[in-house]
Amino acid sequence: MAERVISCSAAIAEALAEEMERDERVFILGEDLVAHGGIFGQFRGLPERFPGRVIDTPISETCIVGAGLGAALTGMRPLIDMHFADFVTCAMDEIVNQAAKIRYMFGGQTKVPLVIWAPDGAGLSAAAHHSQSLESWFTHAPGLKVVVPSEPADVKGLLKAAIRDDDPVVFFQHKKLFAREGPVPEGEYLIPLGQGAIKRQGRDVTLLAYGSGFFWAMEAADELCRTGIEAEVIDLRTLKPLDFDTIARSVKKTNRAVVIHEACLSGGFGAEVVARINTELFDYLDAPPLRVAAKDVPMPFSPPLERFVLPHVGDVVEAARKVTYR
Amino acid sequence: MITGTSPEELIRLYRLMVTIRQFETLAGELFAAGKIPGFIHLSIGQEASAVGVCSVLRRDDYLTTTHRGHGHVIAKGGDLKKMIAELMGRRTGYCKGKGGSMHIADFSLGILGANGVVAGGFPIAVGAGLSIKLRRTDQVCACFFGDGAANRGPFHEALNMAAIWKLPILFVCENNCYASTTRVSYACSVTDIASRAGGYNIPGTVVDGNDVLAVREAAAWAVERARRGEGPTLLENKTYRRRGHFEGDPQRYRDPSEVREWEEKNDPLTRYATILRAEEVLTGELEGEIEAQIQAQLREAVRFAEESDYPAPEEALEDLFANP
Repeated sequence: MAERVISCSAAIAEALAEEMERDERVFILGEDLVAHGGIFGQFRGLPERFPGRVIDTPISETCIVGAGLGAALTGMRPLIDMHFADFVTCAMDEIVNQAAKIRYMFGGQTKVPLVIWAPDGAGLSAAAHHSQSLESWFTHAPGLKVVVPSEPADVKGLLKAAIRDDDPVVFFQHKKLFAREGPVPEGEYLIPLGQGAIKRQGRDVTLLAYGSGFFWAMEAADELCRTGIEAEVIDLRTLKPLDFDTIARSVKKTNRAVVIHEACLSGGFGAEVVARINTELFDYLDAPPLRVAAKDVPMPFSPPLERFVLPHVGDVVEAARKVTYR
Repeated sequence: MITGTSPEELIRLYRLMVTIRQFETLAGELFAAGKIPGFIHLSIGQEASAVGVCSVLRRDDYLTTTHRGHGHVIAKGGDLKKMIAELMGRRTGYCKGKGGSMHIADFSLGILGANGVVAGGFPIAVGAGLSIKLRRTDQVCACFFGDGAANRGPFHEALNMAAIWKLPILFVCENNCYASTTRVSYACSVTDIASRAGGYNIPGTVVDGNDVLAVREAAAWAVERARRGEGPTLLENKTYRRRGHFEGDPQRYRDPSEVREWEEKNDPLTRYATILRAEEVLTGELEGEIEAQIQAQLREAVRFAEESDYPAPEEALEDLFANP
């Protein structure tokens, strides 16, 4: 039987519909949801199917996220739509100081089943306030789980798992990938948080990526293959908790690693991955691990500028050649 | 003068006010003696607000509080032993020593937590109110905050959101005249913070915050409205912060005579005791009895805390995730 193919956007709606059907405590809170189906149309169909459980808010990000938290503390399981990931800046206290810490600082008295769903990423000439990839801000905050899926099946499986998780999850999804299609299992399909996936086997170099970077890594692997370099591609999928076991197994085999992300270089999540590889796998390395990332400037508007700032498949290929000395 | 409230209830309120006063006094002493680490913020002189509001809440109602939150926790039924143990950093404390004075919560009593961030409680209270509405119960949420918090963004977002959804929330401003070291008359654009309710189309009421019965009456009205689904209310309990912002605050920003005047002329406990004595609800004998009982309870709480272990250092790594 042919596998069913749907888009990332359809995978979101399907995951949510299934979870809302399964658990009446699940609801969605955010801007532009009911009439518009979400600013990217990603929730279309849900407001009609679950009246009163897809709730429009004023443009009040602080209170939207905080309200999600308050609801999570009092028996509900909300999913907050951040509209654009960039707007987390308006709710940093609620995410980092409150949601992340409440369970811990109150001695484990409560659970915080809250998903903060945040469409991120560049490539649409949306400029500096609508293009960021901010995952590393949240991997740096103890108490949060951070998920960045790439393919539609991961979107579905991870979103369902995030909704069922009893801890706050920041769930980034690249807005340029909403229309991207792929095979997605129907019905109950869960991917546990904290599991990376080897999506292409190879022996020469490990490409570690997530979100949009995963697709660059896959394309680069195709290109490298033509020149005789077999790249292994790991889609990290969850950054926190990080599946370092899968990374370690691969790097012990290939002895070389390149981390790829769309977020800018300095202080990005790649720095954390490279630090851990250097510290824990030093004896296995044949080359210093490299990072491929955006340049350290705000995302510019004009297409040639944006293209220049973002990393490319060619950068991944070049980095892989460098660590394999070929 | 006092209609519709039984003598037992009147005495219950009195007992809670004395408990808060003595708890705070004791906490100040323990801090001065070096037995409480970090820093603490006391609510001496603000007991009527905590007790008046909480006296009309049910056990299953919610509450969010602030860095100056001991009184609210006690008034909602908090356990004195667990509170003192938490203040002293012991593993038997409310938060196993991970929270301290500024982070006490008791989810079994609907206390969704004290908050170290000024205005941090507003969005959480909105969420509790939304959750009540979605679950179709008749609970309410009391959101305590100070005059300083009324100048932060979350106050405005929360009042608006609670108003448009008619959420069952009591926004309780304890205007104690100072935000940290800054006078409310300097920092706030209006004389009465309650007047800001008009901007959100909800009722706003100025209350004599040192009159426990006035606070109770105003809160009862707001709670009834909220339970009927008529939405939020902003109460402004005018009171006075008699201690520094934190214990040890040199208080260069005010004249000590100002504090003395409030102590002498407008002490919520003295005022209430005077009424109760006039009504012959409180006798000298009962007063002494209550005093002694509370002293004994607090002595027991301190003994409990002092005999409790500190957490083992590695317990710092526990309680981060519910699903690790």
